Amino acid sequence: MYKILSKKYLNPTVVEMKISAPLIANKALPGQFVILRVNKEGERIPLTIAGVDKALGLVKIIFQIVGATTLLLSKKECGDCIQDFVGPLGKPSNLDHLKKVCVIGGGVGCAIALPIVEYLHQIGANVTSISGFRNKDLVILEEEFISNSNRHILMTDDGSVGRLGNVTIPLKELLEKETFDEVIAIGPLVMMKYVTLTTKPFNIPVTVSMNPIMIDGTGMCGGCRLSLIKNNERIIKFACVDGPDFNGYEVDFDEAIKRNKIYLEKEKHEYEKTCNLFKTR
Amino acid sequence: MQKEKTLMPIQLPEERIHNFDEVALGYTFELALQEANRCLNCPNKPCVKGCPVNIDIPSFICSLKKGNIDEAYETILKSSSLPAICGRVCPQEKQCESKCTLGIKFEPVAIGRLERFVADNHKKDYTKSNSISPTKKKKVAVIGSGPSGLACAYDLAKENYDVTIFEALHEAGGVLVYGIPEFRLPKTIVKKEIEGLKKLGVKIETNVVIGKTLTIDDLKVMGFEAFFIGTGAGLPNFMNISGETFNGVYSANEFLTRSNLLKSYLKDSITPIRSDGVVAVIGGGNVAMDAARTAKRLGAKEVYIIYRRSKDELPARKEEVEHAIEEGIIFKFLSTPIKILGDDNFSVNSIELINMELGEPDEKGRRRPIPIPNSNHILNVDTVVMAVGTSPNPIIKDCIKDLEVNRHGCLIVDENNLTSVEGVYAGGDIVSGAATVISAMGMGKIAAKSIHEYLKNK
Repeated sequence: MYKILSKKYLNPTVVEMKISAPLIANKALPGQFVILRVNKEGERIPLTIAGVDKALGLVKIIFQIVGATTLLLSKKECGDCIQDFVGPLGKPSNLDHLKKVCVIGGGVGCAIALPIVEYLHQIGANVTSISGFRNKDLVILEEEFISNSNRHILMTDDGSVGRLGNVTIPLKELLEKETFDEVIAIGPLVMMKYVTLTTKPFNIPVTVSMNPIMIDGTGMCGGCRLSLIKNNERIIKFACVDGPDFNGYEVDFDEAIKRNKIYLEKEKHEYEKTCNLFKTR
Repeated sequence: MQKEKTLMPIQLPEERIHNFDEVALGYTFELALQEANRCLNCPNKPCVKGCPVNIDIPSFICSLKKGNIDEAYETILKSSSLPAICGRVCPQEKQCESKCTLGIKFEPVAIGRLERFVADNHKKDYTKSNSISPTKKKKVAVIGSGPSGLACAYDLAKENYDVTIFEALHEAGGVLVYGIPEFRLPKTIVKKEIEGLKKLGVKIETNVVIGKTLTIDDLKVMGFEAFFIGTGAGLPNFMNISGETFNGVYSANEFLTRSNLLKSYLKDSITPIRSDGVVAVIGGGNVAMDAARTAKRLGAKEVYIIYRRSKDELPARKEEVEHAIEEGIIFKFLSTPIKILGDDNFSVNSIELINMELGEPDEKGRRRPIPIPNSNHILNVDTVVMAVGTSPNPIIKDCIKDLEVNRHGCLIVDENNLTSVEGVYAGGDIVSGAATVISAMGMGKIAAKSIHEYLKNK
């Protein structure tokens, strides 16, 4: 059992929690994730590690309430325990060689981008960060991004705060004026796809962070498999052990988008069931 | 002289395809006695040689004939640590029963059924060890809580070593919990074995991935002086044919893990699994049988097993094949998929199959399947399960320097189950590739003995 030592809402549907997991806190590197179960009957879900406190043995997770399990998790309070918490899984992000980077976070993807931005800032890289949200009520982690970037741009779809438009607009403007060692994009699949397409003509490497459905997280089931297209050949990779970072130019995003929808019906049903559970309490 | 094995009470097919309860119900004492009395107690004991861990079979059957179930159990325990499990899942027809003298003219003695009876019905509690002193000997880390790790831990604990098992998943048992379905191996039995280990003082840490959460070096700093790797062959093989990423195409590992470990087979389970309509399972081993029979129970309208060789070459345990046939699983032999097709929603809707014929034997002696040109045909399906084998999971080998592996990724060990690294032993599927529970257990026991020798002299 893993104790929740702090909990706060970053916006109406995004929750930040700090979980006591000293072994994981000690080993985790940016880009890695955990798999957790809220209770004994629960499903296993992956969540990226948003930060650690080695001294206190804490692992920070930031998640959006999108389904039954994240809803259940959001109802837990400080002092409660969650059933299972395993990590750090996945390959850490490859960041040490980077000197000038553009990091783009979309929505709750900013929570996943944060440890990367922090690490790059720490190693002295020049960081331009762009974060995009639907509207001002959903904005999260602004201060953290600003204090860890040399330059930060905030975009909202409706212009309610920051600039109006999606993240590819300032990205294109920047790419036309300057160069970067790498563009790192983390957020909804559609966003990562368009960031990749936008960057392509400029010949700059793009790294994306894939978030498929996962079960074990250690390479034993293949549920998280995705296709990379290399030299016209299709190669299958497992996001949990070969990723979650991949070369954006090789990822078949359209396939990944469709694969994520396999259980949509069941997920809706479970979410409603869980919502009702809390209504009747 | 009873020519056939005493019949095992089983759930009828029409009933059992609607539940996940155990199919074979177990002998009563009378039936067990009846079967035990078929044993000729031959002096040369060919059955013992057929057993991968050399259980003294005639001896335990003699005890059973006298009605001495505890004594029979003690005999089995001398060689095996998981009799309730092995009695249920061993391919006895290829092992002990294949050597039975009675089997030359008639059906062999149902050794597996008798082992199961003894394991299920002994009274004495063998998990207490009065000879174990409170001060434990050196610390040993067992990595993986499948049959190999459990067997190794059991023997080491009996020798009073301070054993901790590290398990990557949230529940201990390995294939015994994620791979083998409830209707073949009730999880209460696995839990009982694991509780027994805990009573002997073995610690089990779940949610720890050695190579990720902790490394071998970390374990050394924590005071562990010897290591057993039993991490299994949990990496699923795919055929690398077009369409394998369509929604509704599963590896058997994922399909079974959802059903068995995450309990998708229970009506109100939160973990989804897709198994309605027509399900095609590709493969012919025990895993394929398990996946097909699980799909049937989950409500599939029709379930196919598609196997590239013929019925005689099916590697699955005989009883599983018989039960699958009884349950209405449709077997398509000499057939293999070359392409998987899907609809606009990226969901599988059919597979393209090609027929095969058997050619010359390969290096293992199995006749090679050869595609018959222009025999392509389409089978409409809603779900596909790939049960075409598994390979060793690479996480552990990536974290230990100088650990030698063969070209399949299997750890290379000597006759003492010692790897190329001092103090590091291994057993089970990580060494042999996907094999049986009993062979995994056998290696775990050899490794435990070797670790004992190693630490004694350290």
